[in-house]
Parts: sequence; structure tokens; C-alpha cells
Amino acid sequence: MLHIKGLEAKIEDKEILRGLSLDVKPGEVHAIMGPNGSGKSTLASVLAGREDYEVTAGEVQFNGKDLLDMAPEIRSREGLFLAFQYPVEIPGVSNMNFLKAAVAEKRKHLGLEPLSAKEFLKLVSEKSKLVELDGQLANRAVNEGFSGGEKKRNEIFQMAMLEPTLGILDETDSGLDIDALRIVANGVNALRSPERSFVLITHYQRLLDYIVPDFVHVLYKGRIVKSGTKELALELEEKGYDWIKEEVDAHA
Amino acid sequence: MSDEILDHITNKEYEFGFVTPIESDKIAAGLNEDVIRLISSKKNEPEWLLNWRLEAYAIWEKMNEPTWAHVQYKKPDFQGISYYAAPKQKPQLNSLDEIDPELRRTMEKLGISMEEQKRLSGVAVDFVMDSVSVATSFKEKLGELGIIFCSISEAIQEHPDLVRKYIGAVVPRTDNFYAALNSAVFTDGSFCYIPKGVRCPMELSTYFRINEGGTGQFERTLVIADEGSYVSYLEGCTAPQRDENQLHAAVVELVALGDAEIKYSTVQNWYPGDKDGKGGVFNFVTKRGLCDGNRSKISWTQVETGSAITWKYPSCILKGDYSVGEFYSVAVTNHMQQADTGTKMIHLGKNTTSTIISKGISAGKSQNSYRGLVQINKSAEHSRNFSQCDSLLMTDRCGAHTFPYIEVKNKSSKVEHEATTSKIGEDQIFYCLQRGLDQEQAISMIVNGYAKEVLNKLPMEFAVEAQKLLAISLEGSVG
Ligand SMILES: Nc1ncnc2c1ncn2[C@@H]1O[C@H](COP(=O)(O)OP(=O)(O)OP(=O)(O)O)[C@@H](O)[C@H]1O
Ligand SMILES: [Mg+2]
Repeated sequence: MLHIKGLEAKIEDKEILRGLSLDVKPGEVHAIMGPNGSGKSTLASVLAGREDYEVTAGEVQFNGKDLLDMAPEIRSREGLFLAFQYPVEIPGVSNMNFLKAAVAEKRKHLGLEPLSAKEFLKLVSEKSKLVELDGQLANRAVNEGFSGGEKKRNEIFQMAMLEPTLGILDETDSGLDIDALRIVANGVNALRSPERSFVLITHYQRLLDYIVPDFVHVLYKGRIVKSGTKELALELEEKGYDWIKEEVDAHA
Repeated sequence: MSDEILDHITNKEYEFGFVTPIESDKIAAGLNEDVIRLISSKKNEPEWLLNWRLEAYAIWEKMNEPTWAHVQYKKPDFQGISYYAAPKQKPQLNSLDEIDPELRRTMEKLGISMEEQKRLSGVAVDFVMDSVSVATSFKEKLGELGIIFCSISEAIQEHPDLVRKYIGAVVPRTDNFYAALNSAVFTDGSFCYIPKGVRCPMELSTYFRINEGGTGQFERTLVIADEGSYVSYLEGCTAPQRDENQLHAAVVELVALGDAEIKYSTVQNWYPGDKDGKGGVFNFVTKRGLCDGNRSKISWTQVETGSAITWKYPSCILKGDYSVGEFYSVAVTNHMQQADTGTKMIHLGKNTTSTIISKGISAGKSQNSYRGLVQINKSAEHSRNFSQCDSLLMTDRCGAHTFPYIEVKNKSSKVEHEATTSKIGEDQIFYCLQRGLDQEQAISMIVNGYAKEVLNKLPMEFAVEAQKLLAISLEGSVG
């Protein structure tokens, strides 16, 4: 469902992704780990279509379509969801109105009838339970004054509402307390299905205890330099990245 | 953001840009005493008012146009303007059916079908087409409560004592150049009187529309809330597209007696000119309210998106003890628009309070200034003001300016002023895009969120209209 081949991207003449390839099949969960600054968030942004990044080479297919050819909002409506590492606040815009508009756009794109107010509210109450999001938060302005953990939970709530086929979670686990981590992980697990895939960007193996990945990749200097199963995450936890860096840098 | 999007909106036609071909009775361009006599006689006015106008004209002749505002424009040619135009119509209207069908169509284009207005929102509409009011509704119902809501011309005929007592009481003819001009030549406007202890049961609404090429508009509005009364008054405007500049110099006077409250809301969407700054309305308005009695309250709420140049400071004179003045404003400028707007809160009575919330939004190459005076006089002991002036920039080429003037002449009062300037967040826009909203929806959401504090102050029907207006005025304006 997601094929990335030889992806290169730069920002302000700084090359960040340097020939990245990755294949994600329906229903799979891929974890991406890697040292700070290696390009993980950049990958997420490029996939989501952030304009600041210039793609200089490579291709990305998403459900058989050329992803790089689509505007960011089309990517979203086609089923790509990015849970941001740092969700922004949009003061004065209620979470509800925001999601109502987002869901409406997505349904329009898919040729579905808009939800009635009642159906929408039903969906909200159903999905907010998934991440145990306080009803109050759903009614407040988008992320405004939310705690770090609440913002992350809100991202997963939004993901549940939009029912993407691919969820990219950029460090959704960071800043979560132990209970919240479990709640968020349960939420994600509940959304797992044979059609829906996930890319989890994380620094901590702990998340992967809850959301067990099919594959674990190490991103370093803009490339995937090592791939394995969940055991790789354990190994990284134990040994850090130095041994991988050495391996890669020796070949460079 | 991409130039493509920018082009898209800059080429967008002004949504309400249409001219209604209604025959009109119009006098030749130019201004002198004879013109004023002609206006006064056409309106069948009493002697005192003619003299009042002539005095205003004499005052105006000695004045110069103000230049202190942060705006630049070619001065209007005051001798090139026709000072009177009245749509031809049947003299008396007993029902809406008698209105000129052209006018009805205009109203429909504006989305204010009167039947709908009547049926759905219980709003009484006094529709001002050029200079003469052509339709008034709900009059009977208001009449039962003793509320007077009519054109100022009618009020001059029917309620001369009230008009004579209050006209110029809040905005004297000497106040400023445009107020003097308006006093000399005003041809119509609205009048409203709420008797003692009456709570006006519906929003009173006037839709203004400039419709006659080259006609200056000099509206005069007078709202009087007698002791313990309440009224919410709505003013909304759109104007047809045209090339030459149109001068609009209205005067609005509000008087709130003891324990009375006036809520005055405006949505202003006059033709702003094209993207190169050609054409557009000059909006030089004097709006002022007098909180005359103790515990009286006046709130101004405005959403300003139109006009090439706006020069407007709805103000409150807080004369009564414990009186309250409020100013809530959203001013949007795009392309080459210039706005210099704000308020004056003049505290005279004891324990008076005022609140100022101003949200400026600048896009394109526009210039948007907030100018506000908070003056707490010696007599105004224990008074308070809170001001919050925020500016949101949509591009790097526009300007936002804040000119707060604060004068506190006693020690027991307190003034707080906060100001922020921010650029619309690329991160916020991207966040919205990622959730499937398009660029224009994203901007509309973010801007409406930013302006929410002010929009929330508008009556419901107006708030919806205002939100749409903000979105339309800013489509694709990020860059
Ligand atoms: N706007 C920018 N201008 C210049 N450099 C940038 C910009 N954005 C990102 N970078 C650089 O790109 C590199 C990759 O950043 P990215 O955020 O993708 O890393 P990351 O792997 O997500 O790191 P972390 O684990 O800390 O979140 C970093 O060196 C970063 O400084
Ligand atoms: Mg990152």
C-alpha cells in the first residue's frame, strides 16, 4: 500500500533524505527508529506533503497512486494520516467544528453522503472512548491549552475519527505518562485491521511492547540502514546506535 | 504559498459587485448654500434644521481634511459629488409588494429577502437604498411598544422634538471635517427611540447600500435608549462595484440614558477597490455613543472587511457613574486596502469601565492600523479599562500598526493594555491541510478562530454572515 523508492528530499539546500526505500503492505505495522536528526520527522512531513521540503528524487506510491503528485489535503482524504510530533494549537477553533469539517471533506472525496449531526456525535462519542478522551477536550479549541499528553491523545482521537488506511505516528509516545501510553497504544491496536497500516516513529522500545510491530527499521543519515523484527528494537535499546553508525560510516 | 492561489483570489470579482438600474431623482454635482436649501426643501424640513445645516456648512468651509490617519489617498473632489439622489418610487408603501421589483431583486441578491427576514429571525429591516428609506417592516409591532424605528427624514417630520434635542448632541457639527459635512448635507439614515423601561424584542436592522454612481452617502443615524431600556441595532452594508471612488461619511450618534443599554453591531463590506487599489469606497465615519445616565452601557461590535479606506473610531463617552463602554472589532484589509480604525473611551463618571478588543487582520499589501484613546479624566475615579489589540499578518508585504493613546488623570483608576502581532502560522495551515481541509477552509478556520472573541459578540444571524465574509475577504491571501 505504501512503496517508497529512492526518496531524496532537501530543505533549504540541506539534503536530509538520501535515497530512502520502504515497503508497507496492508495491515502491517512498521516501526522507524533512529538517532535525533536522522530524518524521521522529515520523512513523515514529506509523505504528508509539507511544501517546505523539496523532493529531488525517488517515488512514492500510495494505494497504487502517485503520492507525491497529490496536494496535502488530497493525501489526507485518500487515507493518509499524520499524528504530529508537535501538534499545533488553533485558538478559537473548536475541536468539534474542526473534525466536522475534516470528516465532511473526506466523505465528500469518497463520494459519501455527509453525516447527520446525530451520526457525527455518535461517532465522536464512540471514538473518544477509544482513547479515553475527556468529553471536555473534544469541545475545547484544537489543542489549545492541552497538556502534552492530551495533545497526543487528541491526535489519536482525530485519527480514529478519520479512519485512515495509513497512520503515521511521529513520536506519539513521547511525553506520555505510563497510563496514557497504554491508553494510546490500546487505541492504536483497536484501529489495527487487515486494511490499515501504521508507521510508528519512536525512540523507545516500550511503545513496541504495547503495539507490536511487524518490522523495525533504523533510519540514519536519511536512509534506512537496518531492518529487522521487533527483536531489533530490543537490541537497540540495549546497545544504542553506535554500532550501527560505525557500520554505516565505515562503508561510506 | 504559491502565486497561483494568490492570482486566483486577486482575480476574484467582488461578490456583491452589481449595480441596480433604478431610475433616480438626482441633483447636479456641487456643494453650496443653495444645494443645502434644495436638499432641505426636497425633504420638506423645518426652518431650524435648514439653519442647523447652513451653520454646519459654514463650519465645514473653514475646516481642513484631517491628515493624521495612517492612510494615503487622493482627496475626494467635494464639488464633483451629487449630494442628493432619491430612488423613484411610489410615495406610500403599505406592503412589501409595492416595492420596485428591481429593488426586490437587489435585496434577494444580497440574501436579505424580507419575507425570510421577517419569518425566520424576527428582524425588522429598514432598508436604505441610496438616500431614501424605501421599506420598513415590523413597524406596527414596534409601535405597540412605543418604539420608534424609522428613517431620519420621517423622524424629522413626525418626531421633530426628539430629533432636535439629540441631533448633534453626541457628535457636534464642529467635531471634525466629515461630521461637519455630514451635518450640512445628510439626506437620510435611521432613527430609533426606545421608551423608558422597554426592552426591544427584536434586533433592529438597517441594510445600507450605495447604489447611485457618483453619489456620496451621508447617512445620519440617531439611536436613543431612554431610561432602563435595551436595544440591539444591526447595520450591514454592501456596495456595487464601480471605478471611481465613492465617499461615504456617515454620522452615528447613540444616547443611552440611565440604566439603558445599546448594542450596536456592524458588518461592513463595501467595495474595497480592485487588487491594484483602483476604485473602492472611502469610509470616513464618525460613530459615537454617550452613556449619559448612571449604569448605562454602550457596546460597539464591528466586522470591517470592505472599503478602500476606512477611517472609523466608534467611541463611548462614559458620563454616567458606573457606565460601561465596549468596543469589539475585527478589521480585515487585503490587497491595497487601508484601514485606520479603533475607538475612544472617554471616562468622565465615577466607576466607569471600558473594554476594547481589537483584532486586525492584514493581507496582500494592505495597511491596517489600530488607533485608540483611553482617557480617564480626573472626575472618573475608580475607573477601569482593559484593552487587547491583536494583529494577524497573512503576508510579509502588509502592515499592521498600533497607536494606543492612554491618558489617566486620577490615581484610583486602572488601565491595562495588551498587544500582540503574529503571522498566520504555516504550521497551523499545514495541520489543517493534513486533516483534509483545503487552503481556503484552513485560513477561514484559523482566522475565524482568531476573531472569535469578537464574532461571539454579534447577534447569531450576523455572526454567520460575518464568518462567511471573513473567509471571502481572505481567500488565498496567505503568502
Ligand atoms: N527547516 C529546516 N531547516 C534546516 N534544517 C532542517 C529543517 N527542518 C529539519 N532540518 C534538519 O533536518 C534534519 C532531520 O530532522 P528531522 O526532524 O527529520 O529529524 P528526526 O529524525 O525526526 O529527529 P528527532 O528524533 O529529534 O525528532 C535535522 O538535522 C534538522 O536540523
Ligand atoms: Mg522527529
